[in-house]
Amino acid sequence: MDAFLSSLISIGFHGLAYGMILYAISVGLSVTMGLMGFVNLAHGVFAMAGGYVMLAAMSRLGLPWLPALGFACVAVALGSVVLERVLYARLYRAGELEQVLFTIGLIFVAIAIARLAYGPLPQAAPLPDYLKGQVEIAGRSFPMYRAAVILSSAVLVAILWIGLERTRWGAIVRAAVDNGPMAESIGIDTGRLFTLTFAVGSGLAALGGALGADLIAMTPTYPFEQLVYFLVVVAVGGLGTLRGPFLGALLIGLGDTACKYWVPQFGAFFVFAATFALLLWRPRGLLGRA
Amino acid sequence: MPLARGPAIGYGGSARLHPAELLPWAFAIAVYFLAPSYLPLGAYVLIIILFALSLDLILGYGGIVTLGHAAYFGFGAYVAGVFAVRVHGDPLLGLAVAAAASAAFGAATGAVVLRTRALALLMLTLALVSIVFEVANKWTEVTGGADGLNSVPVGQLLGAFRFDLFGKTAFLYCLAVLAAGWWLVRSLVHSPFGASLVGARENEARMHAIGAPVYARQLCAYTLAAALAGVAGALLTQTTQFVGLSVVSFELSGEILVMLVLGGVGRIYGAFVGPLVFIVARDYLAKQSPEYWVLGIGVLLILIVMFARGGILGLADGIAARWRRSRP
Repeated sequence: MDAFLSSLISIGFHGLAYGMILYAISVGLSVTMGLMGFVNLAHGVFAMAGGYVMLAAMSRLGLPWLPALGFACVAVALGSVVLERVLYARLYRAGELEQVLFTIGLIFVAIAIARLAYGPLPQAAPLPDYLKGQVEIAGRSFPMYRAAVILSSAVLVAILWIGLERTRWGAIVRAAVDNGPMAESIGIDTGRLFTLTFAVGSGLAALGGALGADLIAMTPTYPFEQLVYFLVVVAVGGLGTLRGPFLGALLIGLGDTACKYWVPQFGAFFVFAATFALLLWRPRGLLGRA
Repeated sequence: MPLARGPAIGYGGSARLHPAELLPWAFAIAVYFLAPSYLPLGAYVLIIILFALSLDLILGYGGIVTLGHAAYFGFGAYVAGVFAVRVHGDPLLGLAVAAAASAAFGAATGAVVLRTRALALLMLTLALVSIVFEVANKWTEVTGGADGLNSVPVGQLLGAFRFDLFGKTAFLYCLAVLAAGWWLVRSLVHSPFGASLVGARENEARMHAIGAPVYARQLCAYTLAAALAGVAGALLTQTTQFVGLSVVSFELSGEILVMLVLGGVGRIYGAFVGPLVFIVARDYLAKQSPEYWVLGIGVLLILIVMFARGGILGLADGIAARWRRSRP
């Protein structure tokens, strides 16, 4: 019984850490897809870019871990603005096939650049000393790094929620998600809003990718391999909200960890099968609006 | 501006065989006699063309954007492999079993997938290919897991033709199956059935309004496309005597989309041109510098979406039209 309980706690802890990383990466995807109706399969590119830029900032610029994390977040957000203005913006009114193809093209380009720069093998950013080792919570020891991931993501979630629910910018975003043409007709510049939201979402993805580089290995094929998980999180939770992907990320994080712990012989089968069933029951996800 | 601007070939156009439509077959026969060292690669190209053709039926004509078509290709490939290992090695019997199994699988999954639209449909098809991948990966006793099934036994074709080392039998076998699949798809898109598919693609509400059974028609096309994709997968297993996880990957779903779009969507022959150009180019370039090959494909894809939405055949059409206008 005690062994079962400790496995439960362990699954809960690791699943929570994984779910939080999934959330940080996927929340931007949920908002941009909900806001613009854009099928952005290349969202994982920004997460991967976050990891590699942090790596470069640490090895080339000699920045310590935490400033490098911030640097990666800001750099990717700025880079995404250029991409959004030059390429994405042309396809907002295009069909989903064009959007799918364009973003797959972006993934290919990103994979090629990552392989040219870092080779095909997984890379790891060295963790600072204060994130190594174990931390004691209620008589049990947990890895410090994952505890820090959970804590910092919780802070992030709080900031996001306050930002969207309590600020003017949040109200504008919610208005545009609810009814884009109406928001435009009362004078909201949705074009600028898209760019800004896209940048924030990409920056968050970079943060998640860099922060989670020790959980989800940094390889050039990252955008393809992890894409399914990011999309599943968004689809399970529902588009256009902050709560939807949060719920989705927790469910997927805990479910995936539990499956790998208890029934490793089935791999991720149950996670995908459950997603399939859930999407049949609710095509818009758990919290998606009809 | 949708990618497929109405079919270049389809209902309303002439169903009579245009001489240009015989070009691919003449080319294939020329390759058989003139370039025998390319036969294994040629057989692979023919298989992928059949796969792309099946996708063109549902994507180009049906307007169903799927990310999971490799699920059926891989399903057929594994069914053919497992059937040959455990039951019987006859290639045509294996092909028939794979076709029937893929059709059943396509009908069962299509019945649920096609109830949704847009993003939910993309997600369901993506989840589907992931599920098939996990089953192939983890059900080791049957599928061989990550190692795949090696040296799948393949009997003589029609009890008379052995699959030779040079790939002659394999090439002609694939060519014959592709010709059958091509004729089927071609007849279908010229029929009223094909017209109702295109109608649903262009304006679904209006098709409902005139009383067309949109769901039933789409499901029918989806099932057929799944069967054709399964046949293509089975051909790959039989000609290479190997089946592994790469036949059910999401990457393959993406690649087949890329190849079809490269050739041109919703025009049948785009499915011939795209895979040929893609695979031959990859055969040359990927060996020398895989990174630049991937980079090139990515850039090319972005350029196609931005500037040349009809693919290679669309560009050719545009040039031909300009040429006709300039000399009346």
